[in-house]
Amino acid sequence: MEASTQAQSRGRTMRRLEPAAIAGVMSREVANFRTYWKGTTFSSVLEPLVYLLAFGLGLSATLVDEVNGIPYIQFVGTGMVATAVIFSSALPAMFGTFVKHRFQNTYEAILAAPVDVEELVSAEMLWIGTRSVVTFFWGLDPEPGMLLTPLFAFVTALGFAGFGVAMAATVAKIDQFNYVTALFVTPLFLVAGTFFPIEGLPEGFQIVAQVNPLHQLVELVRGGAFGFEWQDLLRFAFLVVFAVATWRVAIHQMRKRLID
Amino acid sequence: MAAIELRNVVKTFGPITAVDGLDLNVPEGICLGLLGPNGAGKSTTMRLLTGQAVADSGDLHVLGHELPAQSKPARAEMGVVPQLDNLDVDVTVEDNLAVYARLYRVKDVGAAVDRCLDLARLRDRRRDAVDKLSGGMRRRLLLARGLVHEPRLVLLDEPTVGLDPQIRTELWTLIGDLKSRGTTILMSTHYIEEAERLADEVAVMHRGKIISRGRPADLISEHAGRQTAEVYAPPQRLTELRVSAEAAGLKVRPAGPAIAIVGSEQARDGAVPEDAVVRAATLEDVFVLLTGEEAE
Repeated sequence: MEASTQAQSRGRTMRRLEPAAIAGVMSREVANFRTYWKGTTFSSVLEPLVYLLAFGLGLSATLVDEVNGIPYIQFVGTGMVATAVIFSSALPAMFGTFVKHRFQNTYEAILAAPVDVEELVSAEMLWIGTRSVVTFFWGLDPEPGMLLTPLFAFVTALGFAGFGVAMAATVAKIDQFNYVTALFVTPLFLVAGTFFPIEGLPEGFQIVAQVNPLHQLVELVRGGAFGFEWQDLLRFAFLVVFAVATWRVAIHQMRKRLID
Repeated sequence: MAAIELRNVVKTFGPITAVDGLDLNVPEGICLGLLGPNGAGKSTTMRLLTGQAVADSGDLHVLGHELPAQSKPARAEMGVVPQLDNLDVDVTVEDNLAVYARLYRVKDVGAAVDRCLDLARLRDRRRDAVDKLSGGMRRRLLLARGLVHEPRLVLLDEPTVGLDPQIRTELWTLIGDLKSRGTTILMSTHYIEEAERLADEVAVMHRGKIISRGRPADLISEHAGRQTAEVYAPPQRLTELRVSAEAAGLKVRPAGPAIAIVGSEQARDGAVPEDAVVRAATLEDVFVLLTGEEAE
């Protein structure tokens, strides 16, 4: 045997959350992404543009001039940039994880290598979070305050990726994602303050919106574009807690699903 | 040191006991065939060894590492070739290998990929997507992927199940090469011929435990004697022959449309009909006698 090609890990203790394991799993995602990036990028750019044209141009030309002093087209534009994150994180995490586990048996192969469930889930979330931020960049205006918003988007995408992985590890059949989409993803998208300010909603919906991570992200993106407020620190802290919580839940659910 | 040492391992799934007090010792450098019918507990045993199942009780050691606590370092030193093809089909051959070289922390990924391409005889297809390969090429790639880090121990889970004879023979050649290099191999299979050709020792697994173990020739000698007489006849006559052979103390097993009178060299005059086809006893005779299941 040639020593150069032997596993480095021989004879040493392996730790939790090893960067090499996480990088290895992510390198698989990168290798696959190279085969389908055009279609994904096309839809990621086009969908927000369609919404922007339909709501931003359509409504601002006919019904709404401005919201809270912000021209409506900019109000929707900043909201759409933020809400693109949920579609580029929660949905790929749900469907991608389910397909890799149930149909492709990918995780069986990865877990036969020195990679544990915690590293596998972390890598999947990091990859989806990174991809979402790339998507996010497509819609950014070059405002100085916007420099921080990729970080906000990344943390939110991590949270929704964790949510998606946890759902994939919980449902029994792929068609059960219809319930997840109808009960969680669509309401979160609509009650995020993207198209209209949540102050106009009934009180119950306003409370839901306050615990909606997507709403916090929308507000942070608007803060970046039009000026931050001190509450934005709390919003960011909320997103961090959301990401950490879904990360741990995703690991717990995936461990139950992958380890007999 | 034993490469694999399992003592009194139990694994249940609800009311089903998949592994039932399993004792298994695999010395370094041998190829052990784990032979058993479907549902015998072979795949669960493989999952226990890779940490993808956790035993309810018992002691498990792989390459000196105690499982499940030290499963990760154990996995770093073993290679796994799964029963199902789980290659990334849209990705190139070399990228499939490179990803797993990284997962196994191989220092020189490029050299490992080149070595595996040679092993799988796929050097000229390295930049092709996996879905452009033939079935045989994909299985060779799957085997090479499991060897990308030059493991000390290789687990082959039903390596040729569902493959046509030509591809099966190709894989046997590759596994034979691996064996000749001194790699320890644990191979689960329900193909008798596969176990006979490749395994130094065979352990017959049935209902979650090992019921017999030894070199193929020794198992045959111990359980099936030297020769077997197969009788082809109408069902009524087969029933009569079976009764008389068993009354004479001979072992009889079903063999498709026939019956096989095992250890027929010990038969007294008349116990084996003259129209019987007499052949050397095989591992298949042993397998069917011990498990009561028809072999493939």
